[in-house]
Amino acid sequence: MNQPANEVQSIRKIITASSVGTLIEWYDFYIFGSLATVIASQFFPKTNPTAALLSTLATFAAGFIVRPFGALVFGRLGDLIGRKYTFLLTLIIMGSSTFAIGLVPGYQTIGFAAPIIVLILRLLQGLALGGEYGGAATYVAEHAPPNRRGFFTSWIQTTATLGLFLSLGIILITRHSLDADRVKSIAKFNEWGWRIPFLVSIFLVIVSVYIRLRMKESPLYAKLKTEGKTSANPLKESFMRRSNLKMVLLALFGATMGQGVVWYTGQFYAQSFIENICKVDFEQSRTILIWAILFATPFFVVFGNWSDKIGRKWIMLTGMLLAVITYRPLFGKLFSIADEKNKTEVLDKKQINTAIKPIVSSENSLRTIGTKHLYDDGTLVTETKTDTVYADAGKTTLKPDIKVSKLLPGKNYWLMVAIVFVMILYVTMVYGPIAAFLVELFPTKIRYTSMSLPYHIGNGIFGGLTPFIALLLTTIYTGDKLIGLYYSMIVAGLCFLIGVLYLRNTIDRDVND
Amino acid sequence: MNALKRIAGILWIIAGPLAIYYLARTAISEINKKPVIDTKIQWAVFVIVFIPIAIGIIIFGFYAIKGEYDHLPGSSAEITD
Repeated sequence: MNQPANEVQSIRKIITASSVGTLIEWYDFYIFGSLATVIASQFFPKTNPTAALLSTLATFAAGFIVRPFGALVFGRLGDLIGRKYTFLLTLIIMGSSTFAIGLVPGYQTIGFAAPIIVLILRLLQGLALGGEYGGAATYVAEHAPPNRRGFFTSWIQTTATLGLFLSLGIILITRHSLDADRVKSIAKFNEWGWRIPFLVSIFLVIVSVYIRLRMKESPLYAKLKTEGKTSANPLKESFMRRSNLKMVLLALFGATMGQGVVWYTGQFYAQSFIENICKVDFEQSRTILIWAILFATPFFVVFGNWSDKIGRKWIMLTGMLLAVITYRPLFGKLFSIADEKNKTEVLDKKQINTAIKPIVSSENSLRTIGTKHLYDDGTLVTETKTDTVYADAGKTTLKPDIKVSKLLPGKNYWLMVAIVFVMILYVTMVYGPIAAFLVELFPTKIRYTSMSLPYHIGNGIFGGLTPFIALLLTTIYTGDKLIGLYYSMIVAGLCFLIGVLYLRNTIDRDVND
Repeated sequence: MNALKRIAGILWIIAGPLAIYYLARTAISEINKKPVIDTKIQWAVFVIVFIPIAIGIIIFGFYAIKGEYDHLPGSSAEITD
């Protein structure tokens, strides 16, 4: 009776040690994305805010695009020298890069060196992440009993979403802790406080490195090594052998590309859509996501566990199909909840405040007109218009800067939480079982390399570029606010078709080969 | 089912060049509309990143037509080439 209890305790330790490190890596990776706008103002020329945001997103995308290369570099290393030391190395690279981003002086201090250094550090982050996930998933799966692989690896699957949750939480806490006055605290955060979430990372990484140093090598890999059966050239064996390459392609086109777009649409694009298209207040747009993540995260484990009983295929494909069918109505509902055209304004509550500040070393002044509109359902819309009042009476600002921010009342707020929860539920369906699915697809000696590449092309390229491509589509086809969704719907739809036709639903009981 | 898998392979082979054509056409049109460095970089990144993936789906379709997916390997002993 003692043996199983010890085994359970041992696997719990393994899951915790692997998950904590992976969670921190995801946290490190996502704080950059969550602070895209602030980073844009710090590291890129401010002449055009959209260009600055796109530049940051491009840097963000660079972090994603480099992930498959990380998968190749570290995947190969993991199959050559072992899982333990490889994913220890990725953790150190990730932690150091994140910490260093927090130290880089802004564009105004060191000029173009600033964005270049940030870009290099971002590339290092992407490279490290490319090596981390495959290692952690493989490591846990190679310790798990055959009938529980989906359940045990699903804990690793929670880390990406929890990393996002942690990044949003730390950002919001920091944003409000820098001064007793809320406005001053936000101003301080935008000026220098944004560095704190990056710097905090170093402590998390030190703890995680300590935990990982105490871990042992995967038993399956250790056995292969003792028997001298490890691969001499994992890249060649993974991608130059037809019989393995066909499985890599199947994993990519039949599973990970659809999973990637569903993941990033349900979490990143949903938040970006609520903030930039629906114009919901900065903080509300983030807390909506935080609540939805909190409610949905247990389902990663539920679906991972379920996949041990009924197989991985149909759970993942159902998640993709639901996403394809319901994305338009769900996002449409998000838009209509915030749209003031569906509400009646309480006119006697309208407030207009005008402030004029002189511009230093100029005869002109900066005028800010803040208009507050209250609607019958309790929605408060604040429109802030900023323009220059020229000393020369005949001269006017051609295009004043107009910012709109909507504060939703309780009922509408929770309705948005419920909609985002449904979208994250799809994420848990496609993502919960996928680690076990990928592990079972490839042999031990080239598993790290073979599973990492399709995972990171699916998530890094197809998924990671989702917010970027969706934003681009909305700028090309301006008539439809939901046009950005077509990218995700087409990719997930194609993946669903390929998955239905070519994937098998068996659970591989033996991953020792 | 295996016949359907093979026939669908033709679709995947066609999807590759179609995706490359659509991507290149959109890239050229967008760069011509707004010929600034930002636009050029964005579209160059898309084209560079997605062309190898499009080639991947062509290979996938080719394998499907050849019947490589009629039976999926159950163990590494079946990975013989």
